[in-house]
Amino acid sequence: MRHLLSTEGLDAATATSVLDTADTLKQTLLGREVKKLPTLRGRTVVTLFYENSTRTRVSFEIAGKWMSADVINVSASSSSVNKGESLRDTALTLAAAGADCVIIRHPASGAAHRLAGWLDEVGTQVVNAGDGMHEHPTQALLDAATLRERLGELSGRRIAIVGDLLHSRVARSNVHLLRTLGAEVVLVAPPTLVPAGAQQWGAEVRHELDPELPKLDAVMMLRVQAERMHGGFFPSAREYSIAYGLNEARLGKLPEHAVVLHPGPMLRGMEIAPAVADSPRAAITQQVSNGVHVRMAVLYHLLAGEEITA
Amino acid sequence: MSRVLLKDVRPYGVGDPVDVLVDGEVIAEIGPGLELGPAADVDEIVHAGGAVALPGFVDLHTHLREPGREDAETVETGSTAAALGGYTAVFAMANTDPVADNAVIVEHVWRRGREVGLVDVHPVGAVTVGLKGEKLAELGTMRRSAAEVRVFSDDGHCVHDPLIMRRALEYTKSFGGVVAQHAEEPRLTVGAQAHEGANAARLGLAGWPAPAEEAIVARDCLLAGHTGGTLHICHVSTEGTAEILRWWKSREADGRVSAEVTPHHLLLTDDRLETYDPVNKVNPPLRTDADVLALRRALADGTVDCVATDHAPHAAQDKDCEWSAAKPGMLGLQTALGIVVQTMVRTGLLDWRGVARVMSERPAEIAGLTGQGRPVAAGEPANLVLVDPDAEWTVRGAELASLGENSPFEGMRLPGRVVATLLRGKVTAHEGKVRR
Repeated sequence: MRHLLSTEGLDAATATSVLDTADTLKQTLLGREVKKLPTLRGRTVVTLFYENSTRTRVSFEIAGKWMSADVINVSASSSSVNKGESLRDTALTLAAAGADCVIIRHPASGAAHRLAGWLDEVGTQVVNAGDGMHEHPTQALLDAATLRERLGELSGRRIAIVGDLLHSRVARSNVHLLRTLGAEVVLVAPPTLVPAGAQQWGAEVRHELDPELPKLDAVMMLRVQAERMHGGFFPSAREYSIAYGLNEARLGKLPEHAVVLHPGPMLRGMEIAPAVADSPRAAITQQVSNGVHVRMAVLYHLLAGEEITA
Repeated sequence: MSRVLLKDVRPYGVGDPVDVLVDGEVIAEIGPGLELGPAADVDEIVHAGGAVALPGFVDLHTHLREPGREDAETVETGSTAAALGGYTAVFAMANTDPVADNAVIVEHVWRRGREVGLVDVHPVGAVTVGLKGEKLAELGTMRRSAAEVRVFSDDGHCVHDPLIMRRALEYTKSFGGVVAQHAEEPRLTVGAQAHEGANAARLGLAGWPAPAEEAIVARDCLLAGHTGGTLHICHVSTEGTAEILRWWKSREADGRVSAEVTPHHLLLTDDRLETYDPVNKVNPPLRTDADVLALRRALADGTVDCVATDHAPHAAQDKDCEWSAAKPGMLGLQTALGIVVQTMVRTGLLDWRGVARVMSERPAEIAGLTGQGRPVAAGEPANLVLVDPDAEWTVRGAELASLGENSPFEGMRLPGRVVATLLRGKVTAHEGKVRR
C-alpha cells in the first residue's frame, strides 16, 4: 500500500523524485495568475487534524486545490471526535464517504501508522502531517527543497538541528531525510532535550552551539515545545536563549553561504532573534512557499499513480 | 468423593512414567501399574502419555476485571483461562471499578471464584483507598473478611509516598500481610509510553526510564528491612532491579522481600514497538535484550522468585486505537507456561523442578497458601497440572478463553501443552477444555 508516514525508510531515489516533482510544479506555476492544475480532478482529499495548525493545514489545502482535488477539512474540535468517536471509526467513516486520501495530524506518535493499517484494506491513502513526537515527513521534504534551492545538492553538506530535539517530529524526520540525501547532521541541544537514543541516529550530538557555527552550511532552529514539557528541561527562557538562541552575533559566525531555517511558529527573541528571522539569510517564508509545492508533489505521487513507500 | 487415576505421568519430568491415584482431594498413591491394584476401582482414568506432573500453578498477579469491566474479563472467563493454562490459584488484582479496597468487593470476587470453581480466586486488596496512594485502605478488615485477603497491592499505581509505604509494611505485619508493589516512580514516568531507549526515541514515544522502577525497588527494600514488613515486587522489568534484589537478598536472607517476573518480560523486547500496535503496550514496558537475559538469569538463580502473568485482558476498543490512547496490558494465563518452557527450560536455565518452584511453590509460599504449591507426593492436596513438554501449539487470541484478545503472542508457536489441570482432585481442564 502507498502512504507517506515517515522519512525513515524513504529511499533517496523516491525522495529526490518528490523534490524534483515539487521543483517542476513550482516552475510550472511560477508567474501564473491562475494556479490550478487538473491533475487530481475528481479525487477527494481530507485533512483530519487533531491538533491546531495553521501553516500545515492551509498548505495541504492549497496544495490539493491547486491540483484540482476536492479538499475537505475536518478538525477534531468540530467533528464527531468531540463526541468521543474513536480514530478508527472516524477513519473508516471518511473512507466510506469516499476519501481517496486522508492527511492526518495527531498528538499521538504512530497515529498515522495505525490509520494506514485500518485504511489499507479499503485503499485510502494516508499522509502523516505530524504525529506526536514522531515524524513530520512533508516538513522534512519542504526543508530539503528549500536547502536544495539555496545550497544545491545536499550531499556532503553539514547541517545543524538546534533546540528541542526531544519533542520534535521535525527533527526526527529531518535527520532521516538529510542523511538519506547525503548530508552530515549535527544535533545541538542541552542534554535534557536530547532523546535517550539519539546517539544512534547517525548524527553527531553536541551541547554547545558556538563551536559548530563556522562549520555549517545550514542551521535549522526548532521550536521549544513548552506544551509538551513536564518539569523544567532548562532553567529559564533567558538561559536557553543565551546558550542556544540564534542571535545576530551567532549569525555572523556562520559562513556567508549558510542558510537559516525554522519550521515555525517561532518564539522570536528566545529561539531566534527577530533580525535573524527577517534577514535574507533566513529562508523561513521560502520554506512555507515550498511547502505547498512539496505537498502538491506528495499528493501527485500518491494519487496520480507513482507510489511512495515510506 | 471421586477417584481419578492419572496414567503415565512423570512427576517433575523425572524418571519413568508412573500412575497417580487421586482419591477425593488428595493424592492417594504414586507408583507404576496402579490400575492393577486397588486403584482399579476409579471413576476416571486420564491417559497422560508421559506428561510431566507438577503442582498446579499459582499466579500472584491476575486482572479479572470484575467488577466493572465485565466486557473485558469476568471471574468466570478468567478462571477458565487460568484452568486451561494449568493454574489452580490466582490472585485477582484490586484495580477494578469499583476498586477492591474494602471487604464488600473482595468478598464479591472471592465468592464469584468459589461459584465458578475452576481455580481458587484470591482477591488482592488495595493498599490505599481508591488506589490513590493517600490513605491506607481497611487492610485488616479485608484480612478478616471471608476472602481472608493476605496480599495487598495498588497495582497499576505505585504506592509512591514513602511514608504511606512504610505504614503499609508496618501495619500488615500484625496479620502476616504482603505488600505487593508496582514499582514506578511517577515523577519519572509522566506521560511515559515505552521503555526509554533508542526505539522509543526514534518512534517519538515518551520514555519510561529504568531507574523509575529501580529507585522504588531500592527504597522499598530498605523500608521492608527497616519495618520488618513483607514486600513483594510486581513485574520486575530491568537488569538494574535484578541487581538491586540480588544485593538486598545477599544482605537480608530472611525471605521477606520477594519478586516476580512476567512471561512477556522474559521473552519480548522493545523492538516490538515498531508497528505501534498497542497489543505490545504494557506497564512496565517491554525493555531491552540485556534486560530480558538478566531477568532470565535472575529467575534461574532465585534472585527473582517467581513468574506471575500480569494477565491483563482488554476490550477491543481499548487496544485497537492509537498507542497513547491504548490501555497497557496483555493476556498471559494461557501462554505463561509455553513462554517459561521456551525461555527457561529449552535454554537450560530451569529444569521441571525449577518450573514447579517458580510457577507454583514460591508463589504459594509468598502468598501464604498452605494447600497450593505442594509436592507431587502421596498425602498431598491434588492440585496438579500435567504438561506435555514436547507438544507445540500456535497461539490464536480469538481462541483463548479470555474475553480480550490482546495477546502479543498471536501466531507464535509455543512449546508445552497443558494436558490436564486438577483442583483438589477435580479435573478442571482436560485436552483444552474446561470441566465445570
